[in-house]
Amino acid sequence: MQSKMKESDPILEVENLSASTDNLPILKGVSLTVYPGEIHAIMGRNGCGKSTLSKIIAGHPSYNITNGDIKFLGANINSLEPEERSQSGIFLGFQYPIEIPGVSNLEFLRVSTNARRKFLNKEELDTFDFEELVKEKLEIVKMDHAFLSRSVNQGFSGGEKKRNEILQMALLEPKIAILDETDSGLDIDALRIVASGIKKISNEHTGIILITHYQRLLDEIKPNYVHVMSDGQIIKTGESDLALELEEKGYEWTDNFIKET
Amino acid sequence: MVNENLVKDVVKEPYKYGFVTDIETEKIEKGLNEDIIKLISQKKEEPKFLLDFRLKAFKKWQKMKEPDWAALGYKKIDYQDIIYYSAPKQKEKISSLDEVDPKLLETFDKLGIPLTEQKKLTNVAVDAVFDSVSIATTFREELAEHGVIFCSISEAVKNHADLIEKYLGTVVPASDNYFAALNSAVFSDGSFVYIPKGVTCPMDLSSYFRINSGDSGQFERTLIIAEESSSVSYLEGCTAPMFDTNTLHAAVVELIALDDASIKYSTVQNWYAGDEEGIGGIFNFVTKRGKCLGKRSKISWSQVETGSAITWKYPSCLLLGEESVGEFYSVALTNNLQQADTGTKMIHIGPKTKSTIVSKGISAGNSKNSYRGLVKMGTKATGSRNYSQCDSMLIGDQASANTFPYIKSQQPNSEIEHEASTCRISEDQLFYLQSRGIEFEEAVSMMVSGFCRDVFNQLPMEFATEADKLLALKLEGSVG
Repeated sequence: MQSKMKESDPILEVENLSASTDNLPILKGVSLTVYPGEIHAIMGRNGCGKSTLSKIIAGHPSYNITNGDIKFLGANINSLEPEERSQSGIFLGFQYPIEIPGVSNLEFLRVSTNARRKFLNKEELDTFDFEELVKEKLEIVKMDHAFLSRSVNQGFSGGEKKRNEILQMALLEPKIAILDETDSGLDIDALRIVASGIKKISNEHTGIILITHYQRLLDEIKPNYVHVMSDGQIIKTGESDLALELEEKGYEWTDNFIKET
Repeated sequence: MVNENLVKDVVKEPYKYGFVTDIETEKIEKGLNEDIIKLISQKKEEPKFLLDFRLKAFKKWQKMKEPDWAALGYKKIDYQDIIYYSAPKQKEKISSLDEVDPKLLETFDKLGIPLTEQKKLTNVAVDAVFDSVSIATTFREELAEHGVIFCSISEAVKNHADLIEKYLGTVVPASDNYFAALNSAVFSDGSFVYIPKGVTCPMDLSSYFRINSGDSGQFERTLIIAEESSSVSYLEGCTAPMFDTNTLHAAVVELIALDDASIKYSTVQNWYAGDEEGIGGIFNFVTKRGKCLGKRSKISWSQVETGSAITWKYPSCLLLGEESVGEFYSVALTNNLQQADTGTKMIHIGPKTKSTIVSKGISAGNSKNSYRGLVKMGTKATGSRNYSQCDSMLIGDQASANTFPYIKSQQPNSEIEHEASTCRISEDQLFYLQSRGIEFEEAVSMMVSGFCRDVFNQLPMEFATEADKLLALKLEGSVG
């Protein structure tokens, strides 16, 4: 599919991946390769398997891989625990970030950041050093310091939750970030903040997968590739103009591809 | 701030207090009758009023029935199959710590409670109780300079008989309940605290109870008296070896606070809980009650209950004095086949009295955890208020949680507020934390600590850290 010759090794390779939950097949042979510096968008109807794909890459225990492989930096990660995947540099931005009552956001962010730093053989940060780091990162998502003393995501508005996700991404500095509908539920201002945050964090060494329904995020962050998913498969891949065409013609237009294949 | 790495280390450890100290003990024969009680009293060289107190209690106990209203199930206890007095053999009179059997000192060392002059904890005075007797009490001279009496109750009986006679059994009368009556008849040792008028106790006081013997019960008795305008913070810890039989622990604790006095009583209970199949463990049947006798007096209970096969315990406050305050902060965690039926009673008698109840129950494994609490507003409790919050957390799908709040109000001009909630640690929450690099066990312990925060904030600093570690330890392997 990707005809261009790549100079470096891929970050993520999903090879012919099939997966099920409760014996119900959800993914039916998905292949996707992300090289450093690339931005991929995955679009498709609700229930087509986009979110499932992101959860499986992050290691969600509810899904069984029935066929195929996921490789991260060349190594098979099919059987790694979610925490091991995170520590090694895979980040999943949740569509619905989870509320965790009683656990302070600051402490959560610190423990999480230190888990990644430990993996990278970097010194773990105490509360004071972490405070410095997090202050700097808060700027990126224009979040107020007061967010840190609240419980993780508890009572956060939809937009605040999504910005908290991007804050985590900024702290963890992943090799690859899969952002599951990070744009949904955001007003235009919040969308701009989130999009500019993502751009600041990513660089020529990182990969990004944006799962989205809307062109407006892709106006802010231009993808190199757009994939359309339907019924657990990627049915079409194109460049960024594919998203525009999709926006114009709707998913019905893509139904024809299935008939063709 | 809890050191997260420490939590992680501890998660991997099994019950580390399960060892037995091999020491020569003096035990009396099994069984319970008047002669046994006379023998205990004689061994302790007690005055007649105390022997009478014991015998009267025994008569009452014989007429009473073991309570069965708690949400607990266990095999009937054979009270004739228990040894009621067991003490390590020591020299007749011990004048200093140097004369204490090194094995005993070593035991407490291993439990993290060093007693010797060089090693003793610097910020807290400790009374160490081993089976039926108190081994040593640290910082006695320093405390005496402030007029504070801190000693074993046996010593207090000898040296402060007037105070014992005046207050013993005035908060928990012998006839109060089955286990209180039993304790009154056979109690062996425990701690005695007296804080004189106007004195703020210069350091925390602590009792550490160690059950060592497998076939003897432990029946400790603690009495704390805070005179006018005095205050004290008291901590209690408990551990026991791992035996495959059940050991009965039936304690009575009485607190008395006079005008403007305050007593803060904190417990971290970590008796052996039995194994994963529910074999062995301590039956912890305890009556704890405080009397706010004086105006503006305050009694605050905080407890972290993680051990014991069965816990039956309701630290309570009798709020007699005008504007007196009662508090109860509790974390009760049960795992495997543990059972807990615990809560409090706040009895508002005087006007403008205030009480707060915050209870956090965590049930994991196949355990059963019930909160049972009574809030009562008496006819004279005008302008009194209560706030109760009872939260339960379930881990896994085999555990159960119950809340039994009883409310009785005879005073229309009083307020009672009750909130309750139940939550479950969800797979989604765990996945969220894990997907941020946080390991499974740590994710669970973070969430449990978060759930307990309101209560941990009430504990003395070092206890809070200890409690956090303890919870992590107890939850090992309980999820997934």
